[in-house]
Amino acid sequence: MASLNMKATLLSLLLLLVGLGIWEAMNQAPSATAGLSEYELMMGGADQEARVPPPSQVFSHAWDELSDPFYDAGPNDKGIGIQLAYSLYRVLTGYLAAALIAIPLGFVIGMSPLMHKALNPFIQVLRPISPLAWMPLALFIIRDSEGSAIFVIFICSIWPMLINTAFGVANVRTDWIKVARTHELSPLKTAFLVILPAAAPTILTGMRISIGIAWLVIVAAEMLVGGTGIGYYVWNEWNNLDLNSVIFSILMIGIVGMLLDMTLAAVTKLVQYED
Amino acid sequence: MSRHFVSIEGLSKVYPSKEQDLVVFEGANIGIDKGEFVCIIGHSGCGKSTILNVMAGLETPTTGTMIMDNKEASGPSLDRGVVFQNYSLLPWLTALQNVSFGVKARWPAWNKTKVDAHSSHFLEMVGLSGALHRKPSELSGGMCQRVSIARAFATSPKLLLLDEPFGALDALTRGVIQDELLKIWSETQQTVFMITHDVDEAILLADRVLLMTNGPHARVAESVKINIPRPRNRANIIEDPAYYKIRNYLVNFLVKRSGQLSGSAGQVGGATQEVDPSVEINPQSEQSAALKAVI
Ligand SMILES: Nc1ncnc2c1ncn2[C@@H]1O[C@H](COP(=O)(O)OP(=O)(O)OP(=O)(O)O)[C@@H](O)[C@H]1O
Ligand SMILES: [Mg+2]
Repeated sequence: MASLNMKATLLSLLLLLVGLGIWEAMNQAPSATAGLSEYELMMGGADQEARVPPPSQVFSHAWDELSDPFYDAGPNDKGIGIQLAYSLYRVLTGYLAAALIAIPLGFVIGMSPLMHKALNPFIQVLRPISPLAWMPLALFIIRDSEGSAIFVIFICSIWPMLINTAFGVANVRTDWIKVARTHELSPLKTAFLVILPAAAPTILTGMRISIGIAWLVIVAAEMLVGGTGIGYYVWNEWNNLDLNSVIFSILMIGIVGMLLDMTLAAVTKLVQYED
Repeated sequence: MSRHFVSIEGLSKVYPSKEQDLVVFEGANIGIDKGEFVCIIGHSGCGKSTILNVMAGLETPTTGTMIMDNKEASGPSLDRGVVFQNYSLLPWLTALQNVSFGVKARWPAWNKTKVDAHSSHFLEMVGLSGALHRKPSELSGGMCQRVSIARAFATSPKLLLLDEPFGALDALTRGVIQDELLKIWSETQQTVFMITHDVDEAILLADRVLLMTNGPHARVAESVKINIPRPRNRANIIEDPAYYKIRNYLVNFLVKRSGQLSGSAGQVGGATQEVDPSVEINPQSEQSAALKAVI
């Protein structure tokens, strides 16, 4: 008997093949029989209806792109690797800056009921703001599209990390704090030896949510600020009516997002403990 | 009055509340000598854990002081090791790391080899040499409790405080760990203060058993001497002539007198009465009544 994993893999492959098959079949250009107008020929098919390129075309395009991902032929023609690298750089910069602030601040909020009460109203008001709503203000103040995109990532990834850190720290079992106290640990040692490992799984869950949101937001942010990055690339290829590239980059966004999530999931596993 | 190693005077704990303040216990006077094993028994909710937490420095008393080794003891300290009822092991550390957590805190200057050797020695003493590198989630409840006892003993505190350490264990496991506790105690000459619900456990382990009246306004009413020679073990202890006298006395207190005495602090003036049931003659009727109530 095949294991559950084997069966699941087979089923996934089957679904993929069926999906691709339907997509391919529905989007075949009708065979060029006779008397196509020049316009029709130029559009690559007979009818006026716009067609999504079939998977065969997308894959052959993907192959071309992926075989030379880092070419750079001017501002509007860079390889997919370069575009993704720009986006990743912005996401990671904004994200790490957010972590540097959110985790210590979350510790303070989680450990001090006073700080929690004092800061909570600000968090509650700032958190629901769409990160993109900050964009005009960021552009005005920072006066730099690059910096503004990073700022938007910063502001959208700070909240889940802040809230999860505060929650995790506040809910460390009092028994463990008592252990630290009876062993005369200093506040700093208590924070690092007891509270941090106890709250680490909750903190990392926040970090995982944040990286997911940051990757969602960077595409939209780059569509707005333009220049470089995967978001800009998608929008630019749409303006070029190059649907092959649009679909290909959509897939790449998904794959990179998945890899980011898998990385954080692996780190979470390292700090997970069973109680 | 002879100076005790630990002496607690006029201890009380009041939890303030809007309607009526809750006086958990008051006027508690406890003296413990060096190397002595003292158990405290009382009904659930009478304030045993509160007394222990105050002694551990985890809670501040409303009135009263605790003097240990001629110094006032306030706030938590490595001089007072605590074994909590629910083990309180750190689940992300292995058994060895949990013990060396305490050892490192106690002797920060020691190097890793020394810390590890010292820690594994104490884990061996509780019979866990085969489980050094397992996490608490991979250990049974009894094994966790043994790690927790090893952690407390390994820091060689001047006073060891145990809060119902065997409450959650089955009778068989409890017996094994009681024997281990007795063994380590006789090897290390620790001073021990332990809460228990189990009369037999108290008789097996203790030099003296303190009896608390029911709360609120609970008091430490009596101090019962366990006049049974050591070494004791579960098999030979019941053959001692004093055993049933002591047992009946304790059970009788818990069943009848802990309720009768409760709230009558004024009458006795808060003094703890010293009792030795092995020499005192108890009224037969009370004894049999107590026996019936338990059996
Ligand atoms: N933080 C607190 N605030 C108010 N009341 C409390 C608090 N902690 C304990 N109490 C009360 O103090 C009393 C004694 O509690 P304690 O835990 O010391 O009892 P105990 O003798 O250890 O009981 P058990 O044998 O069930 O463990 C109880 O009535 C409890 O409700
Ligand atoms: Mg208790």
